[in-house]
Amino acid sequence: MVTSIIRRLIQALFVIVAMTIIVFIGVSVIGNPVDILINPDANQAERARVIAHYGLDQPLWKQYLLFLQGLLQGDFGNSFVYGRPALGLIMERLPATLELAITALGIAIVFGLPLGLYAGLYPNRVSSKLIMSGSILGFSLPTFWVGLMLIMVFSVELGWLPTNGRGPTAELLGAQWSFLTGEGLRHLLLPAFNLALFKTSLIMRLTRAGVQEVLPQDYVKFARAKGLRERRVIAVHVLKNLMIPVVTIIGLEFGSLIAFSVVTESIFAWPGMGKLIIDSINLLDRPVIVAYLMMMVLLFVVLNFIIDICYTILDPRIRLDAKA
Amino acid sequence: MTALLKVENLVTEFGGSSAKPGLRAVNDVSFSVERGKVLGLVGESGSGKSVTGFSIMRLLEKPGRIAGGRVIFDGADIANCSEEEMRRLRGKRIAMVFQDPTMTLNPVLTIGTQMVEAVRAHENVTKDVARQRSRDALARVGIPSPEERLSAYPHQFSGGMRQRVAIAIALLHKPDLIIADEPTTALDVTIQSQIISEFQKLTEESNTAVIWITHDLAIVSRLADDIAVMYAGRLVETGPVTKVLTDPHHPYTAGLIASVPSQNRRGEPLRQIRGMTPAINRLPQGCSFRTRCDRVTDGCLVMPPLLLEEDRSFRCIHPVLKETA
Ligand SMILES: Nc1ncnc2c1ncn2[C@@H]1O[C@H](COP(=O)(O)OP(=O)(O)O)[C@@H](O)[C@H]1O
Ligand code: SF4
Ligand SMILES: [Mg+2]
Repeated sequence: MVTSIIRRLIQALFVIVAMTIIVFIGVSVIGNPVDILINPDANQAERARVIAHYGLDQPLWKQYLLFLQGLLQGDFGNSFVYGRPALGLIMERLPATLELAITALGIAIVFGLPLGLYAGLYPNRVSSKLIMSGSILGFSLPTFWVGLMLIMVFSVELGWLPTNGRGPTAELLGAQWSFLTGEGLRHLLLPAFNLALFKTSLIMRLTRAGVQEVLPQDYVKFARAKGLRERRVIAVHVLKNLMIPVVTIIGLEFGSLIAFSVVTESIFAWPGMGKLIIDSINLLDRPVIVAYLMMMVLLFVVLNFIIDICYTILDPRIRLDAKA
Repeated sequence: MTALLKVENLVTEFGGSSAKPGLRAVNDVSFSVERGKVLGLVGESGSGKSVTGFSIMRLLEKPGRIAGGRVIFDGADIANCSEEEMRRLRGKRIAMVFQDPTMTLNPVLTIGTQMVEAVRAHENVTKDVARQRSRDALARVGIPSPEERLSAYPHQFSGGMRQRVAIAIALLHKPDLIIADEPTTALDVTIQSQIISEFQKLTEESNTAVIWITHDLAIVSRLADDIAVMYAGRLVETGPVTKVLTDPHHPYTAGLIASVPSQNRRGEPLRQIRGMTPAINRLPQGCSFRTRCDRVTDGCLVMPPLLLEEDRSFRCIHPVLKETA
C-alpha cells in the first residue's frame, strides 16, 4: 500500500512538471502581453523598461526557469491587470467557485443517485421512462440557455430568487461563504441548480446502467436465495458494487465542475474563478492564467489521488493485489 | 409417506402474458422428492433444468414467470404464496447452490458478512452468535482456519473453496431441500469428487432432500436415488436411477447413456446423439426429439403422453425395451 502511494506521488509529480512546461509554452505562444501592458503612446525607452521589468526580454527557457523558481515559492508573479499576486487573486475567488461546485455536486448526487437507482430497479414503469427522458434533456440542453430560463422563470416571472451575485457572506476558516447566510443561500440556489443539471443526468444514467449490470449477477440471485430481505439485497449487495464506477465518475466530475463553471458563473455574475479566468484570458493576464491552470492541474492530480484511495477502499480485489 | 416437494404440471415462460403464451422454457413438468432422497435432474444444456430450479425458488429473471402448475412444498403451494412467505423459506427450508462458484459470492463483501447476514435473515441472533455459527459451518465443509477465512474476500479463495463456502451457506439452516444446480461442473475432477462426497455426507446427516441438476450421468448414478430426464423443456423419462440407467425406455435417455465414455469399448467411436438440440422457440411438431430420433415414425407427429409403468414414466410411443431372453 505504502509503495503504491509513493509510486503514485512520483507519477503525480511528473504530471505536474510536464504540465508546467505545456502551460508555460502554451501561454507564451498565444498573443503578446506587451501590447496590453504598455500604453501605445509610450516611447521606446519606456517600452524597454516595462519589458525588462516583467522579464519578457529574456529567452523563453530562462523565463521558464524563473517561473519555476517562483512556483516553488508559491509565487506566480503579479497580475498585469490588478498588479497583485496572481495566486492571491485566485485564492480569493476559490471559495465562491468551491461552494458553487460542491452544492451542485451535492444536488447531482442527491437527485441522480436515487432516481438512477429507481429507474434501474423498475425499468418498465412509466415513471422510470419519464426519468430517463428527463435525463436526455439534462444532457442536451445547453447550460447557458437553461441558466437564462431559470432566471426568467424563478427571478423575473416568479420573483422567488435573486438573479445574480453571491449575496451577503459570512466568514468561516478565513474565507467568505454565501451558504452561511440565508440570503446568500438564496443566491446560491439557481446557479447551483444550473450547474448541477448536466451532472445529475450523468450520475442518473450511470447509476441506472450500473444497476442493470449488477442485478442479473449470480451473487445478487444468491443473496436472494439466502432469504435476505429485498432492502438488504439492494442496499448492500447491489449498491456496494455500483459505488465503484459511480465514485470514480463523481470524483472526476467534481474537477470538471470547478474547471468548467465558467458559463454558469458568467450568467449569474457569480464572482468565482471561472469569471476571473475569462476576464484574464480576454486581457491576456498571463500570470493569472498560468496560476489558474496550475491550480487546475493540481486539483485534478489531487482528485485522482483521492479517487484511487476510495477505489481501494471500495474494491477489495484492488486493495489486496496492491498489498501482495 | 407424502413427498416433501411435489412439482405438478409446472409451466414456466419467458415473456408473454396470461393472454398470449411466451417462450416455454419449462413445459408441463411434474416430479416429486421425498425427505432425505436425491433426485438427479439431467438433460443437455438449454433443456430447462436451471429454470425449473429457479421456478421452485421463485427467483426467475424477468420476464420469466410461472405460467401454470403447482409447487407443493411440505403441503403448501409455494408457487402462489406471498413474496414474504417465500423469502422465509429461501435459505431456511429450501436452499440453492449455483453452478459457477466464482460468480456466486459478492466480490466486495467478506465471507463473514455474507454468512452472518444469511444466519440473521432467518434467526434473531447477535452478530457474534451468527459469526460463531458461520465459523462452525465453514469448518464442517472442510475449510481450514475458518476464523481467519471469515475476514477474507471471495477472490482470495480457489473455485473449489468458494463452492465449499456456498455449500456451507446453503447448509447453515439445515434446510429440508437443497437445489444444487451443476455445483461441480466448473471444478477440476478431483475437487469435484471430494465435494460430491462431502455434500453427500452432510445432506445425509441432516436428512436433507436434494435436487441435483447435472448433465453428467456418472454423477447421477453415484449420487441419486431417482432421475428425471428433461428434453426441450419437458420431462421425457423419470424413475429410480438403477432402473432407468440400466434399462432406459426413451431413445434420448438411451442415447445419453450410450454417449458416456465408460460405456464404450476401447477403439469404438463415441456414440453421440446425432443433430443438435432444437431452440425452444423452434421445436418440431409432435415429439420434440423427433428430428434426432432413430425410431421415428409418422405416429410421432403427435406429442406422446407421459406413459406410466410402475414407478417410472417415459414420453415415447416406441420405447426402447431391453431384449429379455
Ligand atoms: N433470462 C432468460 N430470458 C429468456 N429466456 C431464458 C432465460 N433463461 C433461460 N431462458 C430459456 O430457457 C431455456 C432453458 O434454460 P436453462 O434452464 O438455463 O437450461 P439448462 O438446462 O442448461 O439449465 C433456455 O434455452 C432459454 O431459451
Ligand atoms: S415418440 Fe417417436 S420420435 Fe419421440 S422419442 Fe419416441 S420414437 Fe422417437
Ligand atoms: Mg443450467
